[in-house]
Amino acid sequence: MTVTTPVAKTVDARGLSCPLPIVKTALAIKELATGQLIEVLATDPGSTKDFTAWTKSTGNVLVESSVDGAVFRYLLRKK
Amino acid sequence: MTATLTRPVLPTALVEGLDDPETDGAVKTKEILIICESGDLERTWATTILATSAAASNVNVSIFFTFWGFFPLVRPERRITGENWMQKMLSFMNRPGIDHLKLSRMNFMGMGPWMMKKLAKHYGVAEPRELLEMAQALGVRLIPCQMSMDMMGFKREDLIDGLEEPVGGATVIEMITNGATPLFI
Repeated sequence: MTVTTPVAKTVDARGLSCPLPIVKTALAIKELATGQLIEVLATDPGSTKDFTAWTKSTGNVLVESSVDGAVFRYLLRKK
Repeated sequence: MTATLTRPVLPTALVEGLDDPETDGAVKTKEILIICESGDLERTWATTILATSAAASNVNVSIFFTFWGFFPLVRPERRITGENWMQKMLSFMNRPGIDHLKLSRMNFMGMGPWMMKKLAKHYGVAEPRELLEMAQALGVRLIPCQMSMDMMGFKREDLIDGLEEPVGGATVIEMITNGATPLFI
């Protein structure tokens, strides 16, 4: 899937533990409009499962998930 | 003759609903009520972590602060609270404020919490105070227990800002029986 929409916001949660990556993302996504994309960078290994669970609870969509070394990158679309 | 174990058959609609992103959680209004009773550092940590996680996941969260769990609501700079000598003694022996909580074990006169907070900082874990502020930013309702407030002699001006009106047990029960999932921490 090619993403044409530009990323509206980036949350840098590198070095932060649970629940901060989710909490910071939830606070940041409030500012966005439906359909806008938000990028999250995290180093918490638990964040992969947490973001999957979080998208289930909130209805936001996990568009892309990747790992670069120790940094996880999630691309989410606001519901 | 051996008994055969049969798995309960769930209605098809329910089973399908489990995997259906359209009906999976997002459309339901969910509510959690955390009863913060202990006032221990580790339990208050659990309370604030779960409250922020739930609020970030679009769950309506309320926290009811009662008994020892009331102490985190006091402004950290307040040292002695209360009117009579017993209430004053209580705050003297058990320093109020979310920055001054004790561990239920390995407290070692404050060395335990100090080390725990040092570790938390190193591993990027937010302290209870920061988590409580984030909870408020996420719309978590912080509800003081009226009985604890009266009995322990806390006044409204002793408490942090942004709290709901103090309530009693009947309100807590009403919230739970109305569908809020209770967590007693």
